[in-house]
Amino acid sequence: MPIDRRTILKGFVSGALSAGLPAMGNSISEAPDIGKHFRIWDAHSHLEGLPGNTAEERMAVLVRHMDRLGIERLILSQGFGEHMPYPTPAQVREENDHVMRAVKHFPDRAYGSLYLNPRDTASSLQEFDRCLLNGPMVMVGELETDVRCNSPLLDPIVERAIAMNAPILQHTWIAAGGNGRDESSPADLVELARRHPKGKFICGHTGGTWELGIRTIRDTPNVYAGIAGSDPVSGFVEMAVRELGAERVIFGSDAGGRTFASQMAKVIGADIPDSAKELILAGNLRRLLAPVLRAKGLPS
Amino acid sequence: MIDTNVHLFHWPFRRLAGDDPAELVRRLKEKGVRQAWAGSFEALLCRDVAGVNSRLADACSHHCPDFLVPFGCVNPKFPDWPGDLRRCHEVHRMRGIRLYPNYHGYTLADPVVADLFSRAAARRLMVQIVFCMEDERTQFPLMRVPPVDPAPLAEIVRRVPDLKLVLLNGGGWDGDESRGLRELAREGRVYCDMARVEGIEGLADLIRSFSPTQVMFGSSYPFFYFEAALLKVKSAGLAQDGRAALLEGNARVLLPEL
Repeated sequence: MPIDRRTILKGFVSGALSAGLPAMGNSISEAPDIGKHFRIWDAHSHLEGLPGNTAEERMAVLVRHMDRLGIERLILSQGFGEHMPYPTPAQVREENDHVMRAVKHFPDRAYGSLYLNPRDTASSLQEFDRCLLNGPMVMVGELETDVRCNSPLLDPIVERAIAMNAPILQHTWIAAGGNGRDESSPADLVELARRHPKGKFICGHTGGTWELGIRTIRDTPNVYAGIAGSDPVSGFVEMAVRELGAERVIFGSDAGGRTFASQMAKVIGADIPDSAKELILAGNLRRLLAPVLRAKGLPS
Repeated sequence: MIDTNVHLFHWPFRRLAGDDPAELVRRLKEKGVRQAWAGSFEALLCRDVAGVNSRLADACSHHCPDFLVPFGCVNPKFPDWPGDLRRCHEVHRMRGIRLYPNYHGYTLADPVVADLFSRAAARRLMVQIVFCMEDERTQFPLMRVPPVDPAPLAEIVRRVPDLKLVLLNGGGWDGDESRGLRELAREGRVYCDMARVEGIEGLADLIRSFSPTQVMFGSSYPFFYFEAALLKVKSAGLAQDGRAALLEGNARVLLPEL
């Protein structure tokens, strides 16, 4: 969820899906059920830009669309309210409460991910313990644009995530006109990841300008390319697989601001083997989450 | 399925799967497309527009004349642009033209736009306007091109009632142009594709804002993965009639002779 996100197109502009699948006729209803060919877990989603007055209602909208495209489960992050830079501890708690309510209502379809403002270390660690250590959440992030992630302010949070073996999803961007204030780049994340080689970091959006983002994280093996939340530009996933290996590429959508459809297309439409698609669409995320899910007795 | 928004040849900043016309045709047919309305990536930056259009027409004719429908480019800021329009119509027998105002350095408020629309309408040529090719944030830093502002269009459309106008790549993720497009939707005679529509309910909302007869299938292939448009249709949960209109019927109404 980039810092300069403007009004999502609320109320307006608000197959042969791969070589391995059967050819599609002229009707979309004839399209193969992708979920029957691949398990699909979405590492990056929000409740923003969706109809509904409650977290449960908005989650129901997501589930309806997940069903249409065969998405088994998603990881839900903050975003019920308008994007707020530098949120107060109360605002952070409220966002996490929305996520936990949505997940509680759809326990078979979603896990929660922890929102924090790393500028406030004490309350971040309290919130970590409330929602992740002692609560139902399973990972950290999307960490937003409240502080650049190479800051030492991230260190205590990362150390706590490492202790639980929980991955961290960090928003990153490389904007042509320059990043927003306190917006992280993939290079910032690489700095953090090199300080914490036992940490597992998902580079949200792979910097948006993915040709540079992929190069930036290439030599840092504990950073994974998150493909969510950019236009479905052809070649993204092929390059990521070529440069990083399929084991380091993770599907996410950035719904509701994005469609599941446009983001899934990056994988389904890529000229890569089905075995690579399996890893990207679910296998890698399930592997990263396995220790946490096991510790919490949750299914994977 | 008719794809109203594809481009032939090479995107200037990246090689794309499908940037060879024969390969593009093969891939689109494999995905169930029966006809593709094709512009040329060369039109974005080349000054020899007549040469661009000639190569486009030749490629469509050579690779699959019943499948590829060429949409030539006119840059109304170039000398003798009416000559390019005439050649598109009379020499290449094109059914429409495709405009790129942001790449060609003019706005839709420029008086030449109304002139161009009138001449196109007189020749019964469809006009496609491409609002944006690429997210501004990810463009090459030395070649930044903001999206087209559609605000002036509603007034022009009222003045040229016979024009067949199609908006390509409108909407998108942050949709600054959405207010202008909403006004256009109310005009009732303007069509759009859905290649850049985003948001979970984005396509359904677009169809509600225009109408089920005004939105056409378009992929922006090969710049975008074709499957993005396909899966958006699947995700929208449209009734069978609405889906058929979107995928093919509305395009056939616009170009019945094909």
